[in-house]
Amino acid sequence: MSAVIIARHARTPAERFKDAAWVGFVALLLGIPMVGLTTVDQGGALTVQTRFGMLGAFVGASFVGRFIFRWIMDQVRNRRAAKPAVAKVDRTPQAIKVIGWAVLGASIALPIAFSENRYVIDTATTVLIYVMLGWGLNVVVGLAGLLDLGYVAFYAVGAYTYALLFSHFGWTFWEALPVAGAMAATFGILLGYPILRLRGDYLAIVTLGFGEIIRVILVNWTELSNGPNGIGSIPRPTLFGLPFDRNPTEGTQSFATFFGLEFSGMHRIIFLYYLILVLALLTNVFVSRLRKLPVGRAWEALREDEIACKAMGMNVTNVKLSAFAIGAMLGGFAGVFFAARQGFISPESFTFTESATILAIVVLGGMGSQLGVVLAALVLVLLPELGRNFSEYRMLLFGTAMVLIMVWKPSGLLASREPTIRLNKATAAGGQS
Amino acid sequence: MMLHMEGVHAHYGHIHALRGVDVTVQVGEIVTLIGANGAGKSTLMMSLFGKPGASSGRIVFDGEDITRVPSHLISRRGIAIVPEGRRIFPRMTVMENLLMGTAFADPANFNADIKRVYAMFPILEERAAQRAGTLSGGEQQMLAIGRALMSRPKLLLLDEPSLGLAPIYIKRIFQIIRELNTEHGMTVLLVEQNAHHALRCAHRGYVLQHGEIVLAGTGQELLASEEVRAAYLEGGH
Repeated sequence: MSAVIIARHARTPAERFKDAAWVGFVALLLGIPMVGLTTVDQGGALTVQTRFGMLGAFVGASFVGRFIFRWIMDQVRNRRAAKPAVAKVDRTPQAIKVIGWAVLGASIALPIAFSENRYVIDTATTVLIYVMLGWGLNVVVGLAGLLDLGYVAFYAVGAYTYALLFSHFGWTFWEALPVAGAMAATFGILLGYPILRLRGDYLAIVTLGFGEIIRVILVNWTELSNGPNGIGSIPRPTLFGLPFDRNPTEGTQSFATFFGLEFSGMHRIIFLYYLILVLALLTNVFVSRLRKLPVGRAWEALREDEIACKAMGMNVTNVKLSAFAIGAMLGGFAGVFFAARQGFISPESFTFTESATILAIVVLGGMGSQLGVVLAALVLVLLPELGRNFSEYRMLLFGTAMVLIMVWKPSGLLASREPTIRLNKATAAGGQS
Repeated sequence: MMLHMEGVHAHYGHIHALRGVDVTVQVGEIVTLIGANGAGKSTLMMSLFGKPGASSGRIVFDGEDITRVPSHLISRRGIAIVPEGRRIFPRMTVMENLLMGTAFADPANFNADIKRVYAMFPILEERAAQRAGTLSGGEQQMLAIGRALMSRPKLLLLDEPSLGLAPIYIKRIFQIIRELNTEHGMTVLLVEQNAHHALRCAHRGYVLQHGEIVLAGTGQELLASEEVRAAYLEGGH
């Protein structure tokens, strides 16, 4: 028996009522533990209290909400059906381009508009870190189609490489960046090699394990990583050697004194923002370029059909390893930035939740879509931020949003795939059907 | 001699899938392998590519022993395969699919090759910018053949090209195979369950049963043979 009615014909009021009643029932089941019961601190002991009024309101709201929602959807559908079918011109590629440039413009202008608002710029920096990680993971998951649940491991490798190079050898951000990228790529290949023959779920499980292995090593190998205490006082990046300190060491100039500005803590925040913006954009350009090269096409072909790839004479081993290595390298770069921005890292920052969030960004964005990653990162980072006002219901809101995206856009926010090769008008004539 | 397989045995774990197979393909020939499900037809093709590798016996292609050559290098020596079930890249465009066929070919030949493929399959030129997954089954089969031809193979392997196609396309596909052979001099090794069409199309044929060649002869001979008629043409189908 189908509980929620999915009908193509116009619904009768009775059907709508039944549909909404089912949703109300589900809301009741979910609501009893989540809304109906609450714990209260009474004289030092926790007691359970019931909130039947709130539960009733919750169920009622679900029922009415569903009823109205269905009604609106029916109206929309009827209106759509009434319209004559006009030959639709697919404007998606142009629209994507316009949105892409708009987002880029907004992200460049953001620190100027909010130059005094540290919270906004900090949050935007976090979004950009996730965008960069999403673009990196996109190579592995979106292009090569290798489901990687342990991506955070490479992020951790990058961050720790910088932290350790600094604490043992005093390397700066810019010196450590390429080394950390190479280190992460090496780990990518190390991970890739044993799991070349795995696919789908099995691959996901092993990569999940790999992510945990790295974290557990970082927790337990105290001599190397200082264990759960983490590594602190990691230096911030400099602008061509100009630090963002209030009191630079003797004989050096700081950013503020060099440009004759009054010292402000915001300079560093804004600099970090632009730094990650540049790193992320470089990532984007790098990946977009790769996609148009034979190696990028080979990744996509691998995602589509591994056996056909072999039949074409491709060395599937190299194709997979290159995807793992490049994805890992980009994750490593993001890790270095993360370490430099936080100034302190510990294994706590590299849990499975991070991997899951990055993967969610790639999947919600539409696998392989670069702009989709940006939109999804915005949604996934900003929603929990905005949801702070909802305190305990924050994750509920987050979950609802994810479910809604998957209901309306099952293949991601931007699912259309941009061809890697454009045809000139003469050969493409008649091809646009 | 284009291809010569001599006493080839192959195993899938404990399963002895090929039991000493001898197959020869001469330059300019269409040779077909027919047999029931599980007779070892596809295994034979895959053994050519080294997966599963021949556990004993010898495979010689174009005068070179390729028995132990790694899979991905074999196709670069001039064997192209149209895999069973077409296996085109559905989310990539028709053009990109054709490009994948040239991954290891000389880029200088690209324009000439794509013209040749488009001349053979005008529908592919019309649909060049379309996603390959939106083509019909028959068109996808043409795309798979076109993709294989893009690498300028000396030998074209076709694994069940008529599988799952509408009758009109089946006819068309076999017509294409004959054209490839007569007009472009392509040497073809064709694996088919559709014995009737395959034998009419081929110069010579082999009948495979339980991993062994039980009959060999010209297409006409096999078509007329009582055993083939009973097993593959009249009964059961």
